Amino acid sequence: MSYISTLFPAYAEIFLLCMIGVIMIADLMLPSQTRTVTYLLTQVTLLGCSLITVATHTNGVAHLFTGMFVDDLMSDVLKLLTYLSVSMMLVYSRSYLIVRGLFTGEFLSLTLTSTLGMMVMISASNFVTLYIGLEVLALSLYALVALQRDSSVATESAMKYFILGAMASGFLLYGMSMIYGGTGSLDVQVISQVIANGQGNDMLLVFGLAFLVAGLAFKLGAVPFHMWVPDVYHGAPTAMTLFIGSAPKLAAFAFVMRILVESLQPLMIHWAGMLAVLAVLSMGVGNITAIAQTNIKRMFAYSTIAHMGFLLLGVLSGSLDGYSSAMFYAVIYVLMTLGGFGMIMLLSREGFEADNLNDFKGLNQRSPWLAFMMLLLMFSMAGVPPTVGFYAKFSVLNAALQAGHLSLVIAAVIFSLIGAFYYLRIVKLMYFDAPESHEKVYMQPDSTLLISINGLAVLMLGIMPNTLMAICAASVQQSLLLP
Amino acid sequence: MIFGYPLLSVVIWLPIVFGVLVLATGNDRNAPLARIIALVGAVLGFLVTLPLYTGFDRMTSAMQFVEMKNWISQFNIHYHLGVDGISMLLILLNAFFTVIVVIAGWKVIEKRVAQYMACFLIMSGLINGVFAALDAVLFYVFWEAMLIPMFLIIGVWGGPNRVYAAVKFFLYTLLGSLLMLVALLYLYFQSGSFEILDYHQLPLGMTAQILIFIAFFMAFAVKVPMFPVHTWLPDAHVEAPTGGSVVLAAIMLKVGAYGFLRFSMPIAPDASHELAWLMIALSLIAVVYIGLVALTQSDMKKLVAYSSISHMGFVTLGMFIFNAYGMEGALLQMISHGFVSGALFLCIGVMYDRVHSRQIVDYGGVANTMPIFAAFFMLFAMANSGLPGTSGFVGEFMVILGAVKVNFWYGFAAATTLVFGAAYTLWMYKRVVFGAIANDHVRHLHDIGAREKLIMLVLAITVLVMGLYPLPLSEIMHASVNDLLVHMARSKI
Repeated sequence: MSYISTLFPAYAEIFLLCMIGVIMIADLMLPSQTRTVTYLLTQVTLLGCSLITVATHTNGVAHLFTGMFVDDLMSDVLKLLTYLSVSMMLVYSRSYLIVRGLFTGEFLSLTLTSTLGMMVMISASNFVTLYIGLEVLALSLYALVALQRDSSVATESAMKYFILGAMASGFLLYGMSMIYGGTGSLDVQVISQVIANGQGNDMLLVFGLAFLVAGLAFKLGAVPFHMWVPDVYHGAPTAMTLFIGSAPKLAAFAFVMRILVESLQPLMIHWAGMLAVLAVLSMGVGNITAIAQTNIKRMFAYSTIAHMGFLLLGVLSGSLDGYSSAMFYAVIYVLMTLGGFGMIMLLSREGFEADNLNDFKGLNQRSPWLAFMMLLLMFSMAGVPPTVGFYAKFSVLNAALQAGHLSLVIAAVIFSLIGAFYYLRIVKLMYFDAPESHEKVYMQPDSTLLISINGLAVLMLGIMPNTLMAICAASVQQSLLLP
Repeated sequence: MIFGYPLLSVVIWLPIVFGVLVLATGNDRNAPLARIIALVGAVLGFLVTLPLYTGFDRMTSAMQFVEMKNWISQFNIHYHLGVDGISMLLILLNAFFTVIVVIAGWKVIEKRVAQYMACFLIMSGLINGVFAALDAVLFYVFWEAMLIPMFLIIGVWGGPNRVYAAVKFFLYTLLGSLLMLVALLYLYFQSGSFEILDYHQLPLGMTAQILIFIAFFMAFAVKVPMFPVHTWLPDAHVEAPTGGSVVLAAIMLKVGAYGFLRFSMPIAPDASHELAWLMIALSLIAVVYIGLVALTQSDMKKLVAYSSISHMGFVTLGMFIFNAYGMEGALLQMISHGFVSGALFLCIGVMYDRVHSRQIVDYGGVANTMPIFAAFFMLFAMANSGLPGTSGFVGEFMVILGAVKVNFWYGFAAATTLVFGAAYTLWMYKRVVFGAIANDHVRHLHDIGAREKLIMLVLAITVLVMGLYPLPLSEIMHASVNDLLVHMARSKI
């Protein structure tokens, strides 16, 4: 067996890396009027990646590069969803970016490099791999946010994002080095065994853990490490906001799983408490502050913070149910965010950003179909059945209650009630208020089709949530039970 | 299953499918088509519920027309439907009122007709789902989902202050529902299942029962609505369009009372007995105090809204005195109140469509210009004040009878409604309908047309028949009510 064929679990990453090179060069060669070619090539690359991921899927867990890299069901599922959401992001943002002159070769290749970073994060089985993946993702995102050079807002938010992101990376690295000091290894499996056997240095470990959790909270945007989220979401061009808000959250979930659950599970008693504080604060601050926003991107930023609190609530339950509910939550969150920001881009025109709440006034009279899709998305974010957002909240609450966190559950319930208010406000603006302009919404055929699929998926998954839930449960189970 | 098809599923999904069809007719150019499809959907929706009545086995208290399929295996959640003597009549009531509401909105609604009709049809299917669901999560899904169309109905087609009313309505109900969700999750934790019928048999300690009872109370009391949490109702009623008010009063309030019967009482019987004093006290406050509040209203819709709260106080009173008179009286009162309050809101709607005012002072002497309407209005006003021979009397009488058996003063306090109810309803009636013609608006009124006559006639006949011969209704609920009472008498601790 040649060396190449032993690499098969990483074929998708290798393919993507090659294609990034191809697309970069192709974009240089082609005149900018034919950027559609590279755009299609990017989509084909993502499609190819998913085919490869499906084809190289094995029943079981495969380790590679002396345990640096792991391929299991969870990584495959998360990767497939990552491709899907990146590809959806591209469809939503294409015309938005073309109008603003941002649809450049750099955009496409940076999108793909960040996808590569996410894939590495998802499949990492060693702290070093995790860190590399994270940095590949983060550096590409910083550049993406800064892509709109002539906008001072975008540049400012790129700067903020970069500085705070670098600080968070510093935290993470510091925490990882402490863990290394406490256990003598950077390998996820080895660390877990060393701690379980009681051979670790407890004080060093807990010290390192605190830094790791702080770093993770930074990346997730959990309170009190959330300050960058609203500014970056607001300042970045909407397409980039959509990107930051969607697929990276899947990778972040994998990151949390690999670090906290797979390697530091024996320290759960410590990290569960930290996450509980983060979760409650995030849900509280996120939901309450969102009410005061008039810019819908900022509102979604705070809503993201609140959603991350919910996700952490699932993780801190510390059971299979809890992890699979958190995974389900992450997937559903990404689906809803794609739709929400996709709608903003769809309503935006040349020289006009539909990012103010008032821009949604009377949407039902201008375009009933889009209003209905947004209604589904908003009720889903608020967690009202029959949309799928309800089942995401339902399974997280269930897991938390089973783990005995009654007070956290009650807090979560009350904060979701508060959260429902600002989602309802969007519905109110769309349906109850008169439009400010009667201008027809220009509906791009591709993004309109996609947003319809997106919105109906939120409804259909709500009626039939069984399959997705089962997939999440099976993924988590496989990565945790089998060594 | 009956006639080889899943009857309850049809009852739930047929209106929803028609609702989607109506929605597909698009903008107001196709409004006539939307109206016709909506009417066909509503009538069909009512016709398919009739086999529930004819095929119903009156001898058993077990669930009938049961359907059961796996839905979310992860959490052991099933698509489990079934009806008993308590829920079946409510489904019939709901399907009946959907037809009425569609006809009532025929001409009045001119803007976004398709969306209006679709909202009502979809809501009708969802409410049927609430009554038929035997799985707690399924119940919860329908329960929450029905808020969405109602929220839109109030907010889009409502009066000037509609946004405030719609948001208040939604958030109030959501608060209660979320606490109920926590209670359901706790019960799942205890029993490993989401079957409502399993919960009925689940042994629970007193503290757990009390907490569960309170959580359910928050959900259902808001919906009924009971005394301290009733404030959303007058706002919602006043701002909602006529159809919205009718469905709110006739159906949505019953959902809360139904919740008590299906969840609170059988799942936490000891807590129900323990806290019965509170429930009875709140019910009596609703009957007496809200009755007095109704007396002072100057807005007709508000008056009927408060009268609804007062009448629903009767329903909760009847339930929490734990005897057959009270319980059956409560159920009959629910059905009767559905018809009577629905009819009253329609009457107010008829006048509002013509004069565009709900204030009592803007009327006077309507009988001179609208004699036929005045006659119908009279009948419904009498029924609302509990005149013997109308449906309003039967339920109230039985509840009072049951209350006196428990404690004379309960019955006494409840019976004051016969005075207050008559006072506020008939006084309003007098001021609006009798006397000299008050102003030019009233002078130029024209009497009700064929469409309105049809609605009024159907409702009038129902109210009279139910008052004179309630047996067909009470014999259906007999077995289920007795079973519930026997179940309640056993301690679960």
